[in-house]
Amino acid sequence: MTAGVTLSTAGGLTVARVEGEITSATAPAVQERLLPLAGRSGTLLVDFSAVTYVSSAGLRMLLILYRRAQQAEARVVIGGLSPEVRFVMSATGFLGFFEVADDVEGEMGRLAAEMGRVGP
Amino acid sequence: MTAERIDLPRIDDFPTRRIGAYRVRQGRPFPHGATLVPGGVNFSVFSDGATAMTLVLYRRGDAEPLEELPFPPEYRIGSVFTMTVFGLDLESLEYGYRAEGPFDPARGDRFDPGAILADPHALLLSGRDVWGVPPDWSKPYQYRSMIAQEDFDWEDDVPLRTPSEDLVIYETHVRGFTRHPSSGVAAPGTYAGLREKIPYLRDLGVNCVELMPIFEFDEFDNGRVNPATGERLHNYWGYNTIGFFAPKAGYAATGAFGMQADEFKALVKDLHRAGIEVMLDVVFNHTAEGNEQGPTISFKGLDNATYYMLTPEGYYYNFSGTGNTVNCNHPVVRDFVLTCLRHWVSEYHVDGFRFDLAAILDRGPDGAPLPNPPLLEQLAYDPILRHTKLIAEAWDAGGLYQVGHFPNYGRWSEWNGKYRDVLRRFLKGDEGTTGELAARVAGSPDLYGGRGPAASVNFVTAHDGFTLNDLVSYNDKHNEANGEGNADGANDNNSWNHGAEGPTEDPEINALRTRQMKNALAILLVSQGIPMLLAGDEVGRTQLGNNNTYCQDNELSWFDWTLTDANAELLRFARRMIAFRHAHPVLREGRHPLGVDTTGVGLPDVSWHGVDAWRPDWSPGSRLLAVMRAGRDADGAMDQLYVVMNSHWEGHDVELPDPAGGVWRLFADTGASAPHDVHDPGAEPATAYPGRVYVAPRSVVILTRSDD
Repeated sequence: MTAGVTLSTAGGLTVARVEGEITSATAPAVQERLLPLAGRSGTLLVDFSAVTYVSSAGLRMLLILYRRAQQAEARVVIGGLSPEVRFVMSATGFLGFFEVADDVEGEMGRLAAEMGRVGP
Repeated sequence: MTAERIDLPRIDDFPTRRIGAYRVRQGRPFPHGATLVPGGVNFSVFSDGATAMTLVLYRRGDAEPLEELPFPPEYRIGSVFTMTVFGLDLESLEYGYRAEGPFDPARGDRFDPGAILADPHALLLSGRDVWGVPPDWSKPYQYRSMIAQEDFDWEDDVPLRTPSEDLVIYETHVRGFTRHPSSGVAAPGTYAGLREKIPYLRDLGVNCVELMPIFEFDEFDNGRVNPATGERLHNYWGYNTIGFFAPKAGYAATGAFGMQADEFKALVKDLHRAGIEVMLDVVFNHTAEGNEQGPTISFKGLDNATYYMLTPEGYYYNFSGTGNTVNCNHPVVRDFVLTCLRHWVSEYHVDGFRFDLAAILDRGPDGAPLPNPPLLEQLAYDPILRHTKLIAEAWDAGGLYQVGHFPNYGRWSEWNGKYRDVLRRFLKGDEGTTGELAARVAGSPDLYGGRGPAASVNFVTAHDGFTLNDLVSYNDKHNEANGEGNADGANDNNSWNHGAEGPTEDPEINALRTRQMKNALAILLVSQGIPMLLAGDEVGRTQLGNNNTYCQDNELSWFDWTLTDANAELLRFARRMIAFRHAHPVLREGRHPLGVDTTGVGLPDVSWHGVDAWRPDWSPGSRLLAVMRAGRDADGAMDQLYVVMNSHWEGHDVELPDPAGGVWRLFADTGASAPHDVHDPGAEPATAYPGRVYVAPRSVVILTRSDD
C-alpha cells in the first residue's frame, strides 16, 4: 500500500494531487507532505481524483489539515472525491467542514483566475 | 516562559522488553480498556480470579490471531493486568483476552481459557459491522474489541442542559426511524439517516430524542422464526448489550469503515444545534451472556462472580427476565457503570439516560433491595453526571415496583407507569378514574411531592406495548408473528378497539379513533411533568396489534413516512399541542401546584371543575373533569388555561369560570373536525358563547384566556 503526493503551484494556488490508498499505514507520510502547505497563505487544492481508498485515518488527516489551515487563516479546497468517500464524509459530518470542488479541472481554472485577480 | 510545543520524549515512551514480535512495557492500570499513549496502546483489564491473562491480537476480520502476548507476572497490579504495546496498526487491529482460572461454578468461577473475551471497556466492537449480514458462527471470536481514535471536532458543542420541566421527549429507534423505504434519506436505518430527519423533529417541536439501545448488541441473538412466513426474527430492539462503551456499528452507515463513533457524534452535534437533547436508553440490569446456558462473551469469562448476582449454588439470579442480573452494587461493577456513563457524557455529549429495569440497580449482591443503594447515590452526585438527566424505569422483572419511591437523591426521574394506566382507563371510559387523573395531570404530587413534577415522565405509550393507534384499535394483543404463540407481551393493556378489532372501513369508528388519539395527546401535553411521545404516534403508526415488536425488523416496527401525509390531520394536531406546551409556562412550572394563589393573579394555580364551574364531580360515575391553571409567564403576564376532559359517550354543555377581565379563547376541540380541531397558539378565536362551551362526546377542549 502506497500513497503519493504531487505538487504544482500557480500564483497563490497550490494543487496537491494525492494518489493511492490513504490508510493508517500511508496517512502519516501524506500528512507530512500536506500539513506545511496548509500553513501557507493562498489556497491549497487537495485533489483526491487518483485516490482509490480512504480509511478513517485518511479522513482524520483531512480534518487535521483543515484545522491547520484555519489556524493559519489559509484556505483548503478538496476536489475529486469519489462518491463513496463523499458519502462517508457526509455521514460522519466531516464534509461540513470543507469547501468541496466537484470538478477539479474547472475549479483549478476558476481558482487560478481568482488568484490572478487578487494576487500581486 | 512559554513553549510552542513540548514533545520531548518521556521515559515511558520506550518499550522495555519484547514478547513475540511486539515491544512492550509495564502499563498503567487506569483507565481500564485500550488507551492511546505515545508510540503505542495501553491495555488494562481487571480480573480477580484469573491465574494468568493473555492479550490476543488479530488483524481485522482474520479467524486466527496475529500474536498472543501473555502478561508477564510483573505486569499485574492488584487484580489488574496491564501492558503497553508499541507499534500497533490501530486501524486494522482487533484484540481480545484469554483468561485462565478455575471452572468452579459453585464458587462462581467460569473461566474458560478456550474462549477469546471481548474487553468490557472496548470503545468499538467489530463483528456486526453491517446490520443484518448473517455472521459466520464458526469463527471462535465473534465480537471483537477495537481501538478508537477518540478525536472529534465538536467545535463548541456541550450537553444542552435544558431544564427538565421544559422537555418534550420523543422515544425512537435509530434503525426503525428511517429504515422504511419511504423515509427518503441517503442512508436508511442509520445515525446519518436520523440526522437527515432533524428538520422533521424540529417542526414537530420535540426537544429531546430518547434512543432505544445503541450500545453494541447482536441482532442475531434471536433464534426464533415468524411461524406464518418462516422469516428469521431478530433482536431488533437491542436490550441485550455486548459492548457498553461501543456505539452499535450496524446503526452506522459507516460501520464497515469502523467510523460509527464519528457518525454518532455527528448526529449528537447536529441534534444539539437544533436544540434537541439526546437521551440514551441504557441496559445495565443484564448482559447478553444469559445464564449458565448462554455464551461466554466477556464478563462471564473474566470475572463471573464479580459481575453477576449469583445464588449460593452459583446459578444466576434472574431479576431481569433474560437469564442473568448484573451485580451492579458490587464496588467494581459500580465503577464500571459510572465509568461507562461518564464516557457517554464526556466523549459523546449525551444529555441523559433512561435506565431499563432500573429497580435492579438498587438490589444488593444477594438480590435484596438496599435502603441506600450506593450505585444510585454515586450516579446522583457524580461530578461529570451532575447535570445529566437520570430517568428510571422504576420496576424490574423480579417483582420490585418502585414508581413513586425509587431512591432518587433529588436527582432521579421515573417513567410514571401510573400516569399511563390511568390515562388509558379514563380514555376508554372506565368508572372511577377522575380523581386519580386529576393527580396525574397535576404532576402526580401524591407520588412526587417534594421531588417536583419533573420527577414524573408522563406517557401514554412507549416502545413496550401498543402504539397509540393500536391502543385505540385493538382490544387484545396480536403477537403471533413473534413465534411464541401470542404468549409474549403484556396482557393488561387498557386498550379499546371502538367497535372493530384492527383496521376497519367504518368511518365512524375511524373518526372516533382519531379523536381518541387527539385526546391522549392533548391530555399528555397539558399535564405537568415531562411528556414523552413514542415516535410515530403523531402520525398514527400501527404495529397491527403487536405489543412487543422486539424481534420485528420490518414494516411492523419501522416508521412509515407516507403516514405524514395520510394522517396529516393528526400530525398537525400533535405539532400544535407541542407548540402550545412550549408557549405556556404554567404547564412547565418547576413545582407542583398547591391549589392556592401562588403568583398573585387572583386565582389558584390549579383548580378543578365539572359540568358546572368550581364543582368537580369526583363520584365513581363521573367521566368529565375540567382543570384551570393560572400563573404568570416570564414577563409577569397572566397565563391562564382551561382544559375540559370528557370521556363520557355523551356531550356536555360546560359552564366556564368567569374570572374578572378577559375572554376565553378556543385553542383545541378534539370534537370538532379539522381544521377547527386545533388553532395556532397565540391566534385562538374567542369561544362562540361567553361563559359556556360545548364539549362533544369523548373529547377534550382546551381554552386560553386573554385580555380582550
